[in-house]
Parts: sequence; C-alpha cells; structure tokens
Amino acid sequence: MNAPEPAKPLLAIEGLSVAFGERGRPPIVDRVALTLARGDLVALVGESGSGKSLLAHAVAGILAPAARLDARRLEFGGVDLSRGDSRAWESLRGREIGVVFQNPRAALNPLRTIGRQIADVLKEHRGLAGEALAEAVRDALADVRIPEPKARARAYPGELSGGMCQRVMIAIALAGGPSLLIADEPTTGLDATTQAAILDLLLEHARERRMATLFITHDLTLARVYCERIVVMHAGQIVEQAPTEALFAAPKHPYTAALIGATPADARTVDDLKGVVGSLPDLAETAPACRFADRCNRATGRCRAETPPMTFDASGHGFACWAPL
Amino acid sequence: MRLIAARLVSAAPTLIGVVLVAFALTRLLPGDPAAYIAGPAATSASIEEIRHHLGLDKPVIEQLFIYVRALAHGDLGMSLTSGQPVLDDLRHRLPASLELTFYALALAIGVGVPLGVGAALRPRGLVDRICNLVSTFGQATPTFFLGLLLVFVFYYELGWAPAPLGRLDVVYASPTEITGFWTIDAALAGDGSTLAQVAAQLVLPSVTLGLFGLGPLARVTRAAMIEALASDYIRTARAAGLSPRKVLWSYAFRNAVLPVLNASSVVFSYMLGASVLVEKVFGWPGVGAYAIDAVLASDFAPVQGFVVAMALLYLAMNLIIDVIAGLLDPTVRFDV
Amino acid sequence: MSEAAITPRGVWRRSPLGRRLTIVALTALLALAAIGPAVVPFDPVATRPPVALRPPSAAHWFGTDQLGRDVFSRVIASTRVDLGIAATAVLVTLVIGTALGAAAGWLGGWTDRVISRLIDTIMAFPLFVLAVGVAAALGNSVSSVVIATVIVNLPLYARQTRAEVNRRRDAAYVEAARLAGVGSIATVTLHILPNLVPPMMVQASLNMGWAILNSAGLSFLGLGIRPPNPEWGIMVSEGAAYIISGEWWLFAFPGLMLLAAILTFAALGDALRDGLDPRRS
Repeated sequence: MNAPEPAKPLLAIEGLSVAFGERGRPPIVDRVALTLARGDLVALVGESGSGKSLLAHAVAGILAPAARLDARRLEFGGVDLSRGDSRAWESLRGREIGVVFQNPRAALNPLRTIGRQIADVLKEHRGLAGEALAEAVRDALADVRIPEPKARARAYPGELSGGMCQRVMIAIALAGGPSLLIADEPTTGLDATTQAAILDLLLEHARERRMATLFITHDLTLARVYCERIVVMHAGQIVEQAPTEALFAAPKHPYTAALIGATPADARTVDDLKGVVGSLPDLAETAPACRFADRCNRATGRCRAETPPMTFDASGHGFACWAPL
Repeated sequence: MRLIAARLVSAAPTLIGVVLVAFALTRLLPGDPAAYIAGPAATSASIEEIRHHLGLDKPVIEQLFIYVRALAHGDLGMSLTSGQPVLDDLRHRLPASLELTFYALALAIGVGVPLGVGAALRPRGLVDRICNLVSTFGQATPTFFLGLLLVFVFYYELGWAPAPLGRLDVVYASPTEITGFWTIDAALAGDGSTLAQVAAQLVLPSVTLGLFGLGPLARVTRAAMIEALASDYIRTARAAGLSPRKVLWSYAFRNAVLPVLNASSVVFSYMLGASVLVEKVFGWPGVGAYAIDAVLASDFAPVQGFVVAMALLYLAMNLIIDVIAGLLDPTVRFDV
Repeated sequence: MSEAAITPRGVWRRSPLGRRLTIVALTALLALAAIGPAVVPFDPVATRPPVALRPPSAAHWFGTDQLGRDVFSRVIASTRVDLGIAATAVLVTLVIGTALGAAAGWLGGWTDRVISRLIDTIMAFPLFVLAVGVAAALGNSVSSVVIATVIVNLPLYARQTRAEVNRRRDAAYVEAARLAGVGSIATVTLHILPNLVPPMMVQASLNMGWAILNSAGLSFLGLGIRPPNPEWGIMVSEGAAYIISGEWWLFAFPGLMLLAAILTFAALGDALRDGLDPRRS
C-alpha cells in the first residue's frame, strides 16, 4: 500500500537522491520519499553520516554547487523544486523554510552583533527599517527568551553561551515566519538542561505557528519525547517511518530494532545495551541494494540485489524491508 | 584609544632594535671617514685630529649614545654630496617617494582585491586563472626589468607614455608645493595641464610598483574569501534567505577584509623596498634614488638615514593598519 | 598570516606538463651554471667595438652590447654567477637560520628572547632596504651581496625552526633520547631536525627565487658585483640606457633569463610542497 497522503501536504518528496563526484557513484541520499503537512512534528533519526543533514540541505535549497540533486517529485507548498535549480528556492529560503543549525556559535557571524544579524533577516523578509526594525529585533529576541534584549542585541556571538547562540539562531530561522522548520541536531553539544530548554522553545513555537517541523537527530530518546512521527534513515535510505509509539512498540525494520536496543533509556542494565553491529557502508565502492544488508542477520540474496520498496500498513506504519520483524 | 597606546608600547623594543642596527651599519663602513674628509694630502696628525673631532676614537658604547642623542634631535648627519643635513634632504625628497608608493598601493589594492574576490567566486574559472597568472608573474618578474619593459613598450614603441625622466618634464613648472603630492597640489591650484603632465609621468612608475604588490594581495584576498565563503555562518545566511549580494559583501567579504588588511602591511614593506629600484629606473627624485646616488659617491650618511627613515615609515604604517584592524574586528577587544 | 600565501606560485602547478617543464628548466639552469662558461661561443668579457650594438642575428643570437660583447655568451656565463650567489646565500641562511632557530626553540629563556628580538628587528625593516643598507656598508663585492641576502632571509628559517623545535621539545621520543643520555645538540640535530627537512627544502627552493631577485636588484643598483663581470642585474642596468634608442636586446635577454630562473625555482618549490605534503593545497 502506498504512503497515506494528507489532504494538502506542505512538503512532498518522492525518489530524491543527492550525489557527489563522478556520475555512476552511488548517491549519498538514495531515492528518499517523505511527506510533511502543517503542524506535523517529525523526527528524522539515524547515525552520523547517514545523510540526514544532506537531505535537509536539499530541502532547504542550500546544497553545495558540487552536489547533484535528482528527484521524481519535490514540491513545497505547491512549488515544484524537482529540477534542483537554486533559483527556485529564492522566495522560499528564510521566508517559508527556516533552518536551525548545529553548533550555533560557528553558525553565526563572529564579527557581527546578533542584533544586526537578526535585523538583516528581518529587513530582507519584512522590509522593516529604522525604529520599527529595532523594535522587531527586540521582539524577536524576547520571543526566544533572551533576557535584556535591548542590551543583548549589541553582543557578539563570541560573548554568548552556546544556548544563547542557539536561541539567536532560532530567532533568525523564525524571522520570516516560515511554515516549515528544519532543526538539524539543534542541541548536540549543549548540556542537558539547555537541551531541554531549547527543545521546549522550539516545540512551543512550532505549535503556536502551526509549522511543519523536521527534527533531525541521532538521539532516539529525544525524538521519542518530542515528536509524533519518527522517520528512520540508514546510509541515505529511509528504512522505516511510523507514529512514535507504534515504532517503539513494534519496530518492523531490523535497523530500527537495533537502534532501539542501543538506546540507554530502554535498557535496564548495561548488559542490555546492544550496539548496532558494523558500520555504515562505504559508498565509494558499490553497496548492496538494501544498504543495511551487510549489517543485518536477516539479510537474503534478494536484499543485496533489489532495493526493498517502502510499504505502508493500515495504521500508516511504513517500512522498507524484505524480511521485516 | 587603549589599543593605540598598547601598540605604541609594543613597538618600542622594535624601535630600539632599528636604531641599533642603523648604528651597526655606520660602524661597518668601509674605509675611514676621517681620512676621506681630511683629503689625500692630509698628514696622519690631521687625520687623528679629525677623527677625534668626529668622536671616532671614543669607546663604542659612548659613540652609540652620541648617535642616539643625535638621532633624537633629528640629526642624521651631513650629506657629503649635497652639503645639506641628511634630514633636510630626506624631508625634501620624501613626498616624491610617498606619492609614488601611494598610487602604487592604491593600484595594487584597487585591482588586486576585486581580482581575488572574483577568483574566489569561481575557483578554476577564467578570473581565477588570470589572477594566478598575474600574481605569479607579478612576483617573479624583477621590478627593475618590469619597469624597463614597460618603458620600452609604452614609451619607445607606442609613444603613449612620457619619457622616464622623473616627476615632470623640465619644460614644465612644478606646482606650488602644499602637500608635496604634485597631483594634489596641481589639483588644488586648479592647474589642469600640469595635473595631466604630473599624472602622465606617474603612470608607468606606479604601475610597475603596483604590479609587484598586486600578486600577494590578490592571492590573500582569494584565500580569505574562499575560507569565508566555506564557513558555517555563510550557510546560515543563505538558509535565512539573505540576498546573494548581501551574503557576499556584508558577510563573506567583510570577514575576509581582516587578513587582507594584515597582508597589506607586508605588501607595503615589499613596496618600500621595490620603490628604490623603481625610482632608479624612472629617474624619480625620491629618497631611494637619493640614497643610492649617495652610496655610489661614497657618501654614506644618506644611506643610514634612508634605512632608518624607511623602517620608521613601515613601523608607522603597521601601527595605522593595526589600529584599523582593531576598529574592524570587535573580537580583538575581548583579548585586550 | 601565512607566508605561503605571499610566495610565488607556479602557473601550471598541477599539470604533469608543468612539472616536466620545471624539471627541464631546472636541469638546463644547473647545466648552464656548471658548464656554461666553457661552451659559450664568444668570450663573455672580450670587447669588440667594431660589432657593437648589433641586433640579434644568426651570428649573435642575442645581439651584441655597447662594447661589442656577445649578449648570448654573457647571459649564459652569468648563470653561474647569479645562481652561485643565490645558492650560497640560501645555504648559509639555512645553516645559520636553522641553528639560531633551534637554539631559540630548544633553550628557551633568554636565548629565545634575544634571538627572537633579533629576528623581529630584522623584520622591522623593509627587506630590500635593509639589503641595500648592508650591501652599502660592506662595499662592492660578491660577499657583501651574499651577506646582505643572508641577513634579510634569516628570519624565515629561524622562525620556522624555532616553532618546530619548540613543538617537539616535549615529545616522547625526545624524552627517551634524553634519558638515554644523548646530548642536547645531538638530540636536536639527529631527532628533531630531520623532521624539518621536507618543509626546509620547500622553503629553500622558494627562497632561491627571492635570493636571485635580491642579488640581481642589488647589482642593478651598482651595489654588488662590479662590471665587467657578467651578471644579469648588471647587464640589465647597462642595457637600460639603450632602451630609448631602441636597442632592446641588451636589457631584454638578461631580464628574461632572470624571470625564467625565478619562475623555475618558484615552480620547483611548489612542486616540492605538493609532493611532500599533499594535504596542504
């Protein structure tokens, strides 16, 4: 059965691949399909290097010029982006699609005050100037719970803590009033308390503005706490997607089960923790059709030869596996 | 303000070093200045007297103190060939050198920086290749050869440039000196034709000197821009929807300016050195030519004065650039 | 700010053709320096006024100068002089600079402070200006040009060595050597300095170009070698006067040789840098 599609998806992706280097090399992101509607809170989980960020960059229109985008369908709010032409995103970047990046202090301009950086975006998207602009900057800072916005606006990223920088980043991402928010590992590297605060902030804004939110993370626990639907990615392929509790209750793909088994929250003792066997396949050489095949103890010849398609059951739980659990 | 004071303080030891080196140079002089002054017919007694008069028989340390004291009073000695105090000679001829170096630097920056930016935007593209070519040849070509080549092509063959005979053809009257920069002086006096002549004479020498500095500046700009453009904050700016023009200039270029500024200081020092050669080739009446002419006539005080003057000029430029860098880079204030 | 950004780079860095060209050019230069004076068609210093100022022809490939000397022969003969001076200067600078830098990096304390101050002082002068000052003070000779070039290039090697020695001073294998009773000088020379050979070689090649430029410049000004010895800088200087009467071959050929030599060493340095440390681009 095919993917259940909401009446009017905000973001619709089908058969999207991203590749680098000479043609013929296996693409980093391999024929991914995904839909998001307004108000959705979806987590994209996977190991480091699984292609999650690349997928996010492709959707946000900020792929490096060296990257090749190929998609059967890539639509945002009805706008066709499948040709991968950077100009198509011009009216969308920052305005309809906002991105929050990892490592906020590096992601902010070190030689520009945070006030000016926010002002730049506000000026671009809302055409404000003068006192109205200054006020909007203060409002934006207050919106992300930065104390003393007036004084803080004159600070440089180097003077702020990681958590503060991330708040500024969120303010910049939200400045244009986007309908889709992509948060790429927004809390990695921050301490636990700050992590929770930042994610709560993001959640609050997502709900308030009815944004579609794509939360990218390698931390399954966080995904479980904050998101309603989880999409599992492995080596550039989406292997399973389901409503959160359904995924944890009955994972269908062996990789998902392994990930859950490796998550500290579920384990009772250290011995219960089972690492995921092996590592991501080296895509320089040819990889098996199902890229998990070499790490899977259920793999058959068919898995190596033929990529399993994503099939959905009645409850909207989808998986791509020839030998599901 | 505090920054300036801090920089001045850190420059002090360098200043001391400069003076010491200059003094050391005086002690290395070939021959015996006393014998030279006394003349070929002098007796050994009169040479001794002159030596005593010049203070050359005193212990070295004492001579050092005398030298430093003289330096502090601006006494750089007398030029045997011009008969004037070296300081006066230098002061008289400095504007010519400064005007030349100024326009050369303006050219190097004005062409080099945009070239570097263009090269960074499309690596291995046409502009990048041109940038690489110009940089490589600009630095590998000896300045004096380049100057002569330009004279040959543009003066002898094409007749576009005037004869390389200095700042102004003898037929013309020099403008009334206000700043010492004849281009400015002529402009201030509203004298169009003199201005045109002065400018024409300036073209080849400043292009020669400028081409020398163009290479490093273009290279550094290119490298700094490439690094800036690859930074995370550029990705954020693009994702936030800022216009490509804003991202390029307010974000990437603005951040690349600092390394370029620091490179300018080194380029300036290269140019000060190369200006000596350019002045010789084009008969430019600057301090470099003055020093060389003096040396060839066994007149050594001008050379020492020249070396000290150039070092001070470089030091001053360094200070100015440091201050500008401090103004541009707010993060520096965190360390200070 | 890295000096690497400022030193000359070859135009054809990554092409095999470029590399082959560089090797050919280098071999040619070295050959000319070695046997040049022996194989030139005419005596470089013999004057023959009757054939003065002849343009390039079959008999005189580069023409003749104002004293009837064959420019081609002089240019070839000069190779030994120019390369010799530059090579000597670079070698001496290498030895002294490395020694100073190693002393500063290894001993630290006052030695480091004094040497660093010395280096900083040298760098406070525009380099060519300092060279002019030293050459002027030491008088007109080959050695004064060499010494001037050495002094001016010293900071480059001293700084590099000092940084490297400093970095490795506390490394495990150095400790091991010390415990084994190996003396300081031996430790530094045998254990630390070998690591420096690759970057030093790169530095030395790039520096050759600079050294040639420097000494040619000094000679052009009349501060170095005296005529009638053939040397590229002097030849350009003598030829300068004849440009305005159209006899271009006097200055052009020695100038082009200078350019070729400098480019060759710059390309060599680049190729070495790519070969020895491919990670740096």
